[in-house]
Amino acid sequence: MEILLVVIIGFLHAGGLYMLLRRSMFKMIIGLILLGNGANLLIFLLGRLVKGNPPVIEDGLKVFTDIYADPVPQALVLTAIVIGFGLQSFAIILIKRVYNVLNTDDLDELNSTDEEI
Amino acid sequence: MKSLIFKTASSYLLPLLLLFSIFILLRGHYLPGGGFVGGLMASIAFLIHSFAFGLKETQSIIKINPGYLMPIGLAFAVGAAIAPFFVDAPLLKGLWFEEPFRFIGMVGSALIFDIGVYLVVIGATLTIIFSITDTV
Amino acid sequence: MLVAVVLGFIFALLVPFFSRFTKRAISLVYPLIPLFLFLYFLGFLEKIKSEGQILFHYNWVPSLGIDLSFRLDGLSLLFALMITGIGTLVFAYTANYLKGHQYLDRFYGYLSMFMASMLGVVLSDNLMSMFIFWELTSISSYFLIGFNNDDPASRKSALTALSITGFGGLVMLSGIILLQVVGGSYSFTELLNSSEIIKNSNSYGWIIALMFVGAFTKSAQFPFHFWLPGAMKAPTPVSTYLHSATMVKAGIYLLARFTPLLGDTIWWNSTLVTVGAITMVYAAIHSVFRVDLKGILAYSTISALGILVFLIGIGTEKSLLAAGIFILAHALYKAALFLITGIIDHETGSRDVSKLAGLQKVMMPVAIAGFLAALSSAGLPFLLGFISKEVMYEATLQLGNWALILTALAVLTKILLLVAGFWAGIKPFTGNLPSEFNKAHMPSPLLWVPPLLLGFLSLGFGMFPFFIQESLIQPVFSSISGSDTTIELKLWHGFNLVLLLSVLTLVSGGLLYFFLKPSKALIEKTFKFEVISPQNIIENGSNLFGSFARFWTRFFQNGYLRNYVITILAFLTLLMAYRLFGEVNIYIDWEQISTVSYYEAIVVLMMIISIIFAISTNSRTTAIVALGVVGFANCLFFIFYSAPDLAMTQFSIDTLTVLLFMLVLVKLPKNKSFSSKGMKFRDAFLSLTFGVLIAILTLEVFEEPSSSEVSKYFADNAYLLAKGRNVVNVILVDYRGFDTMIETVVLVIAAAGVFSLMKLDLNPSKKDL
Repeated sequence: MEILLVVIIGFLHAGGLYMLLRRSMFKMIIGLILLGNGANLLIFLLGRLVKGNPPVIEDGLKVFTDIYADPVPQALVLTAIVIGFGLQSFAIILIKRVYNVLNTDDLDELNSTDEEI
Repeated sequence: MKSLIFKTASSYLLPLLLLFSIFILLRGHYLPGGGFVGGLMASIAFLIHSFAFGLKETQSIIKINPGYLMPIGLAFAVGAAIAPFFVDAPLLKGLWFEEPFRFIGMVGSALIFDIGVYLVVIGATLTIIFSITDTV
Repeated sequence: MLVAVVLGFIFALLVPFFSRFTKRAISLVYPLIPLFLFLYFLGFLEKIKSEGQILFHYNWVPSLGIDLSFRLDGLSLLFALMITGIGTLVFAYTANYLKGHQYLDRFYGYLSMFMASMLGVVLSDNLMSMFIFWELTSISSYFLIGFNNDDPASRKSALTALSITGFGGLVMLSGIILLQVVGGSYSFTELLNSSEIIKNSNSYGWIIALMFVGAFTKSAQFPFHFWLPGAMKAPTPVSTYLHSATMVKAGIYLLARFTPLLGDTIWWNSTLVTVGAITMVYAAIHSVFRVDLKGILAYSTISALGILVFLIGIGTEKSLLAAGIFILAHALYKAALFLITGIIDHETGSRDVSKLAGLQKVMMPVAIAGFLAALSSAGLPFLLGFISKEVMYEATLQLGNWALILTALAVLTKILLLVAGFWAGIKPFTGNLPSEFNKAHMPSPLLWVPPLLLGFLSLGFGMFPFFIQESLIQPVFSSISGSDTTIELKLWHGFNLVLLLSVLTLVSGGLLYFFLKPSKALIEKTFKFEVISPQNIIENGSNLFGSFARFWTRFFQNGYLRNYVITILAFLTLLMAYRLFGEVNIYIDWEQISTVSYYEAIVVLMMIISIIFAISTNSRTTAIVALGVVGFANCLFFIFYSAPDLAMTQFSIDTLTVLLFMLVLVKLPKNKSFSSKGMKFRDAFLSLTFGVLIAILTLEVFEEPSSSEVSKYFADNAYLLAKGRNVVNVILVDYRGFDTMIETVVLVIAAAGVFSLMKLDLNPSKKDL
């Protein structure tokens, strides 16, 4: 299963990069989100895969008695997801705003607009 | 989005989801959940309501501008963080009441901190979404 | 001592504020500051004579081994006295010379900043702090040369001077660091003990080469000399102070200071002698081809600096003594000549030596000062210049095989310098006053007293050398040579070869002065050789470098975001590929890999399909939905592999993102395809390579052991210390609470950004309504 996840991580990165290189801002954001997902999955995978044993101490016990999933990557990814949301929403609003002002979705047309705004 | 079923359902969903989000928030220290997820749930609850009834209606339910939730939440978090200073403990050290409260369980500075996170997440998410829908 | 060094900086900081309240009259008080310092240093004369050196120590950056330790010995004392003494005169002179200038206070600020940094250079014992002060002198010199900042030539000269001396300083810094590595300390006093180790180490050649570049650039040695004539664009007091008496001697100071530490090896001596000899002859020839008084003086200064390097390079006791005396003699007469030039310029408005004449009729005291300075520079008996010249000839004559040629070079230089000195100090004050200078009149005492004082000092020290012999020159000699031979300065050595050479110098110089008249025609002949001058070569080099930098920047900073991304990622990919394929063997432990169940396989398949959809579709809605599916599939993975918190968060975020997209993007125009097939292929190729490499990297990381100390600690103590059972949540709100707090702030900033973007009115036309 790990191998399959590795393949998916590769796919997510490749797809994200490809979309990032497009001229349309919309596609760029899609790329950004794909890359984010890939990175999250990558970090998560580094904590190894453990089935059915979340890092939650059972009631009545004070320490883990069974194996448990690594909590550190989970905490990292959780933070990354939320921050990623902030970034994505900002990017989404940005393209909308740019479109409102300049009436274009094409990144290359943004090169010489300093004086227009 | 003006269907009757959706409207009726969402008017019941809002309090249910809010209650659920608080439940998620409170149990976070012992079971999966916590401030981030709770805050996101609450935001989704308001978002669904605004889809059904329109932005104005939702804003009138919340009463205050969601933007204000952000500083309040930050104040909670910072307060929980610096509270240990008053008992000569280092920054962010967890402080706990000795006995558990009814329904809520153990209460400590970590919970206050989580409530702060919860409020900030609701405030930020709603601000983002409302300012978008406002101008669409 | 610290106060003495810092005083100038404090003063420089306060001047602009003072002057606002006190108008201009206060500029007469300013010279009191260097005067006070001068008297302070004068008070050390006796102590240095008896003790040799005094150390002062203040901690500054102890962790880096950098501290403010000051070391006062004969050499530093001589320099400190010159800096503050000539400083006093220059400060007084400026009060009248730049009277009523708009930025007079600023000028004083720069001047005292320079004075303080120069004191820092000669007093620092720690090489690092010396370097800092060294660069500060370059910077203050930059401000002073560019003082007339509305003149483009002035700005250009300032920049040239700064780049040359700043470059030299940086090279010197590497020399200092190398010295520290070999010698084990930044302190000069401590380094002295390991002199032998340094001389025998492999890095010795590098150390002296780097130090030489620093010293040569600062002291305007060939081929770095050209910044100094350019620096003459500065107001005359600056030329006097920085570019003849003090700053340019910093390089000389450095060489003299390091002589006991690094000197007396074949490389040290031969390099210095060669460079010094070339510089002194080259610049001396140049100086008699000029008609601008300042140009003449600039080149004769370079030549004098060449002589000093030459003398230090010879390295015998006699020659070091000669260097010590010449530093003082040159400072006295050259500063006087510069000040006189300033007066002439001030009164007549001309510096053209071929026109100037007869000024003795209007300004007798200046003429006397000019005569004294010129004669001292020529080395006439009863002047300090004479003694220094005698000792110098004695030194060169002692050198066996090389004596003949080196003495010949020294004599030649001296003859030419004599002519240059006479032109600057005597020519304007003889003959008849041309009618165009009729308006010239007697300058204020503030202007003529300083050069006259310097002239009389040359005369006084020359007539009664015992006056400075024991108190000043002996300690200087000891600290340069490191030996304690007793020296003796005499006016009369008897009839010998040295005296004969002196007479030869004076006679042929005098003859040359009478037969060679300064004229513009001479200069123009030299212009033919400009093409191969070091200045031209270096300037062309820097221009070439500039255009290369422009091309380079244009090429990479072309304004297209995707090109940046491509450049960065292509580089990253190549780097990773090199690393991964070069040295890494992938080994997969199939035992540890979990099996694939059918529902997992379905999710994987779903994910891959939706990624392909998200990439290839041209419809926005499809892309968003596909993206949503990717997110939810991710969420399923989190559920499968024991991360309920993640799953919940991912689920909510995914919902929100999709809703957001839908809200915003409904109104956007249809997707257009901008890219050509070729570009798509190129991007696809790069992306696939990148993806494959990331996948390999991930596999690679699997080799590392999975259990981490941190996770174990967090998990073991979650309940015991933090009273929580959900370890992920405990990490977020307790262990790493600070991170979470900052994270919430980030979220708030993002929200504020969105809010302001949406509410911001970007349509200016509405404001008019």
